Amino acid sequence: MTEVVAQRSGDSARYDVRAALGRFWPAFTFIALAIVVPWLFFDWSKGRHSGFVISLVSQMGVMSIFALSFNMQMGQAGLLTFGHAVFLGLGGYATIHALNAVASGLFWLPVELMPLVGGISGLIFATIFGYMATRQTGTAYAMITLGFGELVSAAAVMFNGFFGGEGGVTANRMIKTSFLGLSYGPAIEVYYLILFWTVLSAGVMLLLTQVPLGRMANACRDNSERAQFVGYDPRRVRFYQCAISGFFAGIAGALYAINYEIVTYDAVSAVLSANVLLMTFIGGIGVFWGPILGAVLITLLQSWMSLLSGAWVIYVAVLFVVMVIYAPGGIAGLIMAHLPIWRSGRLATLAVPYLRIVMPSVTGIIGFAGLVELTYSASIGKGQGRALTLFYHVIDTSSLLPWFVTAVLFALGIALAASQRVQFLESWAAVAEETRVKEPCR
Amino acid sequence: MELLLVTLLNALVYGMLLFMLASGLTLIFSMMGVLNFAHASVYMIGAYVAYQISRTVGFWPALVIAPIACGVVGAAVEIYGLRKAHRNGHISELLLTVGLALLIEKGVQMIWGLAPVPYRVPAALDFTLFSMYGTNFPAYRGFMLLISLFMFLAIWLLLTRTRIGLIIQASLTHSDMVSALGHNVPRVYTTVFAGGSALAGLAGVIGGNYLVTEPAMAFTMGPIVFVVVVFGGLGSLLGCLIASIVMGLVQSFAVVFDVSPADLLTYLGVAVTPMTPFAEVLSVPLPRVSALLPYLLLVLILIFKPRGLMGTRDT
Repeated sequence: MTEVVAQRSGDSARYDVRAALGRFWPAFTFIALAIVVPWLFFDWSKGRHSGFVISLVSQMGVMSIFALSFNMQMGQAGLLTFGHAVFLGLGGYATIHALNAVASGLFWLPVELMPLVGGISGLIFATIFGYMATRQTGTAYAMITLGFGELVSAAAVMFNGFFGGEGGVTANRMIKTSFLGLSYGPAIEVYYLILFWTVLSAGVMLLLTQVPLGRMANACRDNSERAQFVGYDPRRVRFYQCAISGFFAGIAGALYAINYEIVTYDAVSAVLSANVLLMTFIGGIGVFWGPILGAVLITLLQSWMSLLSGAWVIYVAVLFVVMVIYAPGGIAGLIMAHLPIWRSGRLATLAVPYLRIVMPSVTGIIGFAGLVELTYSASIGKGQGRALTLFYHVIDTSSLLPWFVTAVLFALGIALAASQRVQFLESWAAVAEETRVKEPCR
Repeated sequence: MELLLVTLLNALVYGMLLFMLASGLTLIFSMMGVLNFAHASVYMIGAYVAYQISRTVGFWPALVIAPIACGVVGAAVEIYGLRKAHRNGHISELLLTVGLALLIEKGVQMIWGLAPVPYRVPAALDFTLFSMYGTNFPAYRGFMLLISLFMFLAIWLLLTRTRIGLIIQASLTHSDMVSALGHNVPRVYTTVFAGGSALAGLAGVIGGNYLVTEPAMAFTMGPIVFVVVVFGGLGSLLGCLIASIVMGLVQSFAVVFDVSPADLLTYLGVAVTPMTPFAEVLSVPLPRVSALLPYLLLVLILIFKPRGLMGTRDT
């Protein structure tokens, strides 16, 4: 293994700045965009930031770290966990208590380093938990994490001393201890703190995929027996991977605590654990940046679609189920599959097949959304006294016409899309085959 | 004594309800290697469909129609979902069932609302079967016990005395060999999945009005059923039965006995005051912990005895 490491470091020594820029330009563009985004929505007439946008992008940052740490287990080590929110939540609780302790003068710590408090407590819990749980893999591991997650979230309601019961624990982030002399009162300052830690954590996690531990995690995921033959203990690899992922989840928890200034039972709950699973999987578990994409996308959907529709969870769940069946690589996987075709300049040849399958699919999706919205407004929406409006027209859910129209759209769209499926897959495979021949290295 | 007997009977009723859910899940899990997260959701569908039917047609038709509907749902999930996800491995199948569980929960909320629905015990069974030390034993519980015992016998005979049962049992452990002998193993999978779902639906029909029919019922029942399956051991129906009864006993008795570790320490001569370390943890009474017990058992069994009670291989 040392030879491999030496060879790798020899490789990286040859990287110069231009090569790094050439390779990581999407990442740098993304970071630049993240820095600029709050200013795009700056209200110049009133001279203040849009609170909605800042809180949205802050949440995206926290969830990105969280989803990346989840993927350290799920994608890289093949360990599906249903209790990942535990590490975020416990890191959050530790940070809240640390904030209060600093405010009361117990010890001194700048706000900028608070994420380390969360990270270390996440690491400690993940070490204890991982020591027990990583004996198992696959379904058994998933079930242990489920049980563990439920235990902690039940304990969070039960023991008021540390968890504060149902009301949670609150703190004030303006504790006047800052390296940079910032007050952390305005949300924009907190956003840049979150962004800094997000970039740092993502960078370190990317690095961790390249070191022997990350490589061995992949090996143990793919073929545990052969990894043992090479001389590694798969259990120890899983254990390290679990512990480190707990560390980063703890960092996310600390930023969560600083951002909201309150940590409640929600932060350790199964809902958050399920949420990060949806995000990571929809984003893509096979590509490093997939979880970031998923976190950004799903957070956007959550904030924006929940304003439009009360049934948005249904859409996310359907998207998840469809992805599990048809696109297990997630959105990032789909993008990566199209990259070689795009590079060879043959993406245009796919336009017609795409058009032929996308048009009926969109029809079907519109029909499905219509059915969901009708059902929703006929039950829960009715109870809340809200009417379904489309293009400023109130739709009568008790008449049969809207139901009939949406059902026909749905059935027709899906049937047409299904009839196009085989042809689409064939033409796609043909183009993919050609590009593969032209670019054997990729 | 009277408390003991009444609790014992209740534990038996609850345990048999658990068995009805867990037996199908055990078969599915040991045969296909898929832990079906949507199993408890099918139980919920059974309860809601039965509620809908009993409102218009009556309880007795619901007892037949709802399980059949659930069986159809199960078969559809197996054919159109799991078979396709199978290409991408077990974790993919597991994720599919997780997504379905989420979808079903939200769908039920959307159709029937967030609050519990008034699904009641049928009038024909709403009387007291017998009284014991002043506590009434409702006839409906007796009916539940009867149905579940009947079901246990039926599965037992089906699996041990019929040709289909033989093929299913063989597929549990040696599906490749069964396939090589010319049996249609995917169809066996579909049959078992549909059958398990129908049983879950039946449990929903008779459990929905015994417990509460609400959108959260799947989530509260799901983990308990997982514990039973893991505790009983893969591939063993008898282990599953024993585990169900034990689980019923644990759950029922934990609610009844109001003791805490602090009481035990006091009994042993160690006084627990608010100043004692971990005083808060020590003074939690057992009924409050009872909701936690299944999860604790799940974690402990999987760590220390992943083979379960009567299992032949690790989970």
